[in-house]
Amino acid sequence: MKWLTVAIMVAATTAGEVLQAYGMRRHGEIRDFRPGALGRAAAVLARNRFVIASFVSMAVSFFSLMKLLSITELSFAVPVSAVTYVLETILAKYVLKERVNRLRWAGAALVICGVALVSR
Amino acid sequence: MSSEAARLRVKTWTCVPVVVLANAFGDYFLKRGMPASLQSPVEYIGALFRPWVALGVLLLIVWQLSRMALLSWADLSYVVPVTAVGYVCVALIGRVFLNERITAARWLGVVLIVAGVMLVGAGTDPQTTEASRAAESLQ
Repeated sequence: MKWLTVAIMVAATTAGEVLQAYGMRRHGEIRDFRPGALGRAAAVLARNRFVIASFVSMAVSFFSLMKLLSITELSFAVPVSAVTYVLETILAKYVLKERVNRLRWAGAALVICGVALVSR
Repeated sequence: MSSEAARLRVKTWTCVPVVVLANAFGDYFLKRGMPASLQSPVEYIGALFRPWVALGVLLLIVWQLSRMALLSWADLSYVVPVTAVGYVCVALIGRVFLNERITAARWLGVVLIVAGVMLVGAGTDPQTTEASRAAESLQ
């Protein structure tokens, strides 16, 4: 049950963040930060199906984190969620076609080790 | 192209602190306002109306919206490691406001995260995809 919850949480978080990144990229760069323009951007984004799917995934991820916290300790739940960093970096390279160079891999690896240590 | 890269870099480094601080303080206020135990769904809803919890939720909404704005121009493989500096902020907030101890292992973790963030943040451009650059040159 513990590892099933971890698997659901990791899959939902990864899917949610990749979908959010893809949806926002399709929308394009937000340049105007005045309230009216932000409101119009929000209205457009509310109809972006990738953004909608990302909200659904993140809701699943949030409730599986709640479930995980009720059956394990915080010091297990938080480091284990750092696995999503690996998956997201891989998907960023192959699905989002970002240029993930050696510096980015090295940085992501350091961050993963650091998160595991900080959340002990 | 280089002035375009510089513009995105300034914009990115204005947005990243908003994303990171909204997340860290959102979590902190949520923890500060949350009652020790929640039994029924009604209690969960009721907890949302506690002032600290409401402030925490508001900050977490700011966090998600500012993160979406950041992702509208920055790579996911850039945003994910760079915003991990939030773990450092949470550890420091815990020490300053909640009197939590930071062990040697945690300090080492903080150093590793900061090193990783500097590698990605200072060593790579926020945006690398050709598609988004091509779309911008059309505008």
